Amino acid sequence: MAARKTLGESLREHGVSRRGFLKFCAATASMMALPPSMGPVIAAALEKARRPSVIWLSFQECTGCTESLTRSHSPTVEDLIFDVISLDYHHTLQVAAGAQAEAAREQAMKENHGEYLLVVDGSLPGPNMNPGYSTIAGISNYEMLKEAVAGAKAIVAVGTCAAFGGLPAAAPNPTGAVSVLDIVKDKPVINVPGCPPVPMVITGVLAQYLVFGKLPELDEYHRPKAFFGQSIHDRCYRRPFYDKGLFAESFDDEGARKGWCLYRLGCKGPSTYNACATMRWNSGTSWPVESGHPCLGCSEPKFWDAGGFYVPLSAPLGSPGSTLLAAGVTGAVVGGVAAALAKKRATTAAAEREPVTVEELEQKL
Amino acid sequence: MSDPMGFLLWVKGPGLNWALAIFALGMLVRIVEIFMLGRKTNYAEPKGGEWGPGFKTILTRSVADPGTFARAPFNVVVGWIWHIGFLITLLLFIPHIELFRGVLGIAWPGLPNPVVDAVTAITILALVATLVHRLQHPVKKRISTPEDYLVWTVTFLPLLTGYLAYHRLVNPYPLILGLHILSVNLFLVVFPFTKLTHVFTAFIARWYNGAIFGRKGVES
Amino acid sequence: MNGLNGIGLVVEDRRSEPTEWGNAMPILHEIRHGLRRLNETDEPTLIDLHALPFGPGDEERLLALLGRGEVEAQIDALGPTRVWESAFPGVWLVDHRNAEDERLALHIEISRVPEILGSQSEDIADAIVRLDARIADHTGAL
Repeated sequence: MAARKTLGESLREHGVSRRGFLKFCAATASMMALPPSMGPVIAAALEKARRPSVIWLSFQECTGCTESLTRSHSPTVEDLIFDVISLDYHHTLQVAAGAQAEAAREQAMKENHGEYLLVVDGSLPGPNMNPGYSTIAGISNYEMLKEAVAGAKAIVAVGTCAAFGGLPAAAPNPTGAVSVLDIVKDKPVINVPGCPPVPMVITGVLAQYLVFGKLPELDEYHRPKAFFGQSIHDRCYRRPFYDKGLFAESFDDEGARKGWCLYRLGCKGPSTYNACATMRWNSGTSWPVESGHPCLGCSEPKFWDAGGFYVPLSAPLGSPGSTLLAAGVTGAVVGGVAAALAKKRATTAAAEREPVTVEELEQKL
Repeated sequence: MSDPMGFLLWVKGPGLNWALAIFALGMLVRIVEIFMLGRKTNYAEPKGGEWGPGFKTILTRSVADPGTFARAPFNVVVGWIWHIGFLITLLLFIPHIELFRGVLGIAWPGLPNPVVDAVTAITILALVATLVHRLQHPVKKRISTPEDYLVWTVTFLPLLTGYLAYHRLVNPYPLILGLHILSVNLFLVVFPFTKLTHVFTAFIARWYNGAIFGRKGVES
Repeated sequence: MNGLNGIGLVVEDRRSEPTEWGNAMPILHEIRHGLRRLNETDEPTLIDLHALPFGPGDEERLLALLGRGEVEAQIDALGPTRVWESAFPGVWLVDHRNAEDERLALHIEISRVPEILGSQSEDIADAIVRLDARIADHTGAL
């Protein structure tokens, strides 16, 4: 299934001049957040790269990640990425093909055993859950994943659902949803979280894998540091306002109109690691904070259950007010009872006190 | 640490809830006991009121009397500095005000971040100075108990971790923020069982002192 | 429901109020360092504006500050790429766009001539082959 010619040959066949190729590499370097001087390095690597086979499995997902990717802005660059890889299976994009798509998938997996890249979006019901919660062509997600992982070289978990469980795993998690990393322990896994991920990040990670032929440097959550190494807060253009202590207090108030920091409106920028602040969305048009909406923290685990989107980062989870009240009342009751008992003991002792005379004491002692 | 966000969410959720519960329970037990056990009945005829002088004394005792100041100027001055700094950092830093809004439902105006940052730095230095002083002063060293050092530590840790978190000196951020909140949880849990209760009892004691003197017709 | 007419709209003219975000100034300093380096050691510098936390208007401000010089060129490869020299010779802007005129990358290139403008060796080698073929055609036809 995967073509055996190199990317360089493939591009020349497309009629892409050397200049066009250099432009493509410059754009790819920019997209991968590499210094622009890496353009020639990428050119040299891609020139010789062979098109790997890619199998894309979609499980319990909203299709937002696929939408994000196919919406990614420069058809020229992303198209070429997909010319660069051989997307041998994508069940959403191939839905019309039905059973033949499944046959194609199995053939691709067999022919490229040990070499193909497995991309997963969506979470999956855990191994002990009812497999009927999510199936494709009658095969449970878990079985399909296990089979696909066996012959994969590496797995890319796209979107917060695949990376961390995402929305299906949010309380009360009725399907027992788990992430890819919860299942896959013996193959390299790259997490590309985000709800959805910034489209250019998805293609950037694929491009990075193609250019360098190995996994990028990953953080503690298996996310590529190139895109997830900086917090939103550290790259936010509104940071000077935070540092000065100028905050918007409510939506569309004077501070909000002036573009002040959105911390008090619930921005999770300080604890969120993603590329939104620099790469932005919709071809670099804008991103949530620039549009006046606080960051949701969508590339972090459990972000759906992390308090509230409009509750500040420093606010507690749960209802501490009622805890304080209940505990206070209990304490007051306990203290009251203890004090009452102590007082009663004192009055009883005073009442039962038997006076002694000096003679009695002298006799005793 | 492999799951900083999980740590942060636990510490901010169940962790804080438990700490607040223990704090509230412990403190209410103590305060109710104090008020209910009260004082021995004074059979002498009162020569003045109790409530007025009681409240007045709460304020006037804030200033050390000349004798105390002469004997322990370091404690008075540095004590003032770090106490006030601690209160400013705790109550007038905007993210903290949002925390109080989440717990108590009320909020108030705050100070600009750089001002609070400077105050925190001064407070940390002053608090370290008190520890050094305690270790070097011949008498204070000998009368210090493990509780004294424990209380110093649980008071110092939130300031230190808060400073580190604000300046993002430890990566990733959820880890250091989690440690900051954990140190606060520790402070709350230790509070009712140590001399930290003076936060409430000092004012109660001042009232009682003023009331006793007032009843005797003596200026306090 | 009144429909869309019922929604009060206020159109703001953003151009009238350029907000001082202050992110353009550090880039200018970096450019200056690069120009110095170019002047002294002939070493080029590439700055990728993509990776910087620009606020709205920052980029316009920077480009306005840099201005335009004597040279403007357009490359047509996988969509247009516009290249122009700023008002400061040696400081070039390279604006890569795709076939839908959406921006792919915006670089500031501090060099004598941006690399992408020059004819590339592979293309030259290819050109020799095609020219040979073209000459052969004409010679054959005659």
